[in-house]
Amino acid sequence: MLTVTGLTVRFGSTTAVDRLDLTVRPGELFVLLGGSGSGKTTLLRAIGGFVQPDAGRITLDGRDIGALPPHRRPVNTMFQSYALFPHMTVAANIGFGLRMLRLKRAEIDARVSEMLALTSLQGFAARKPAELSGGQQQRVALARSLAPRPSLLLLDEPLSALDRNLRRDTREELVRLQRALGIAFIMVTHDQEEALTMADHIGVMHEGRLAQVGTPAEVYEHPRTRFVAEFLGAANIVPVTVRNGRPELAQTGTPVQVAMKLPDSAGAPMWLAIRPERISIGQSDAPNRVTGIVTQNSYAGETLTHLVRLADGTLLRSTGTLRDGLGAQQVAIGDSITLSWQPDACIVLTQ
Amino acid sequence: MKPGAGRALVLGAVWTWLLLFLVAPVAIVLKIALSESADSIPPYAPLLQLGASWLPQLHVSFDAFAQIIGDPLYSEALGLSLKVAGLSTAICLLAGYPMALAIARSPERWRSLLLLLVMLPFWTGFLMRINAWIGLLQDDGWINAILVEVGLSPMRLLYTDTAMYIGIVYTYLPFMVLPLYARLSQLDARLLEAAADLGAPPWRVFFSVTLPLSMPGIWAGVLLVFIPAVGEYVIPELLGGPQAQLVGRVLWEEFFQNRDWPTAAAIACALLVLLLLMPASVLWGVSLRGHSPSAVAPGKASPGCRPR
Repeated sequence: MLTVTGLTVRFGSTTAVDRLDLTVRPGELFVLLGGSGSGKTTLLRAIGGFVQPDAGRITLDGRDIGALPPHRRPVNTMFQSYALFPHMTVAANIGFGLRMLRLKRAEIDARVSEMLALTSLQGFAARKPAELSGGQQQRVALARSLAPRPSLLLLDEPLSALDRNLRRDTREELVRLQRALGIAFIMVTHDQEEALTMADHIGVMHEGRLAQVGTPAEVYEHPRTRFVAEFLGAANIVPVTVRNGRPELAQTGTPVQVAMKLPDSAGAPMWLAIRPERISIGQSDAPNRVTGIVTQNSYAGETLTHLVRLADGTLLRSTGTLRDGLGAQQVAIGDSITLSWQPDACIVLTQ
Repeated sequence: MKPGAGRALVLGAVWTWLLLFLVAPVAIVLKIALSESADSIPPYAPLLQLGASWLPQLHVSFDAFAQIIGDPLYSEALGLSLKVAGLSTAICLLAGYPMALAIARSPERWRSLLLLLVMLPFWTGFLMRINAWIGLLQDDGWINAILVEVGLSPMRLLYTDTAMYIGIVYTYLPFMVLPLYARLSQLDARLLEAAADLGAPPWRVFFSVTLPLSMPGIWAGVLLVFIPAVGEYVIPELLGGPQAQLVGRVLWEEFFQNRDWPTAAAIACALLVLLLLMPASVLWGVSLRGHSPSAVAPGKASPGCRPR
């Protein structure tokens, strides 16, 4: 439904979005994930019409919307700062887009109450935004942007101003609403947990381009670049070399069994990425095994992570889920332990 | 020193100031207004006098107030003053709003220069500037010279209502532009984006977001222009015609020509009450609607709009 081709946005000498291609399917929740300066917000603003692209096309349902001013685009935005109209009540805020559509009074009222109900804001209709909590303001902003029933909703860091517990609830609420309404969402975030839990597809942005697009499981378990592997979750990344068609750790020459087909690197440097939760400690039948000294333990309640230094100085992280609590069997700093992992935990990267 | 002492000192200074320069003069004016006119120096009878038996006697006279209420000369002068001030304020608002908006929306590095240009006329004396207008507006002045040059017939400008309005608008325009600019420059640009995003074309964005949110600035500008314009004396005297019997001029004549100090003081009192009621009612109205647009920004939101 939304297709972006060759989009380029420059600010002076910096290129914020660089020849970017993107396709968003009808009714899906697409998350643009990236760090600050990755161009994700600029891309969103270009789709909303607030930034003029220097090159490229934006089409929505086959129609080129690239040249339309924001008020003519059938796209709404939920702003990071909410941008609620301070002089209007909650109901007037939500009804603003409907009034612009010149709907009948009765229909506006009906839709406003529908949106109030949908976002659990009944009873707040007559309040001013300043009289609401942050979470309530966030819901008004969402209701306001959804009320005109756009074919595509753009959300700029919609949860970043909420505190942590509220953010988790709101995340689920947002997905529920998106599913119920069937409106395609493009959401910008820098929070990888948000991206993984909410998205149908994630586009990882890096330096103005999409480093990888895929389902959360695809981008997490099969990252195509070191950047994606490191940006989404923690990853142990160690250089590897290939000898006689078999990879081995570059520092020690320890052979590594991998399940995936080795990429054709033509002698370029290669890296091995292993997720910390895929590395077990202690004895196991996994074919890949190394030993090292525990240098740090970090307890995070539900998980325990050991930082282990191998003989050549390489640091590896191993994370275990504390399903039975921390218990008595603990690994102390300075202990020598064995780390092991399965061949299918290995991701070989060339860039 | 006790912790409250500094505070008391500052408040004391403010109260002393108000007492000396506001309450005391008003009390004196009110005293004169309630006195009887007399052929003496000063030209009014004392309000409080020690009588024969050394008892203080109060001579209160409402003659002056009765006169300004009874004689239509005064109410007409007041009405004309309100009309002139109202029209001048309206012209200042219509001219000043686009100026303030243009300055507020201009690039940051231009703003100080543009604001300086608005205030620049204040660098020279007020009477100098009014005299310059006489030179421009008089029958063989520059404006008529230009009219003749482009083939139009010259007009009588000086000593007309037009000249008076030009003078008042010219003088008070900065007082309209500055509070409007202060308000408009603080307007959150994201609100304008949000309105456009929800389908509002630029003119609707203006009328549904920019204008309502600049109301406090409009009221400040209106009061700053209207109040001094009602009592304006110099501009109508120098630029306006003899038909413009404004309240300031009537007051001047009562005081200096008729030497009727009680009547002049009563006019001053009536004007003061009227001008106090106006801003009070405006302030009351504004506070009723409770505009507090700055309170909306959510706690952690970073200033948006910046490309990331």
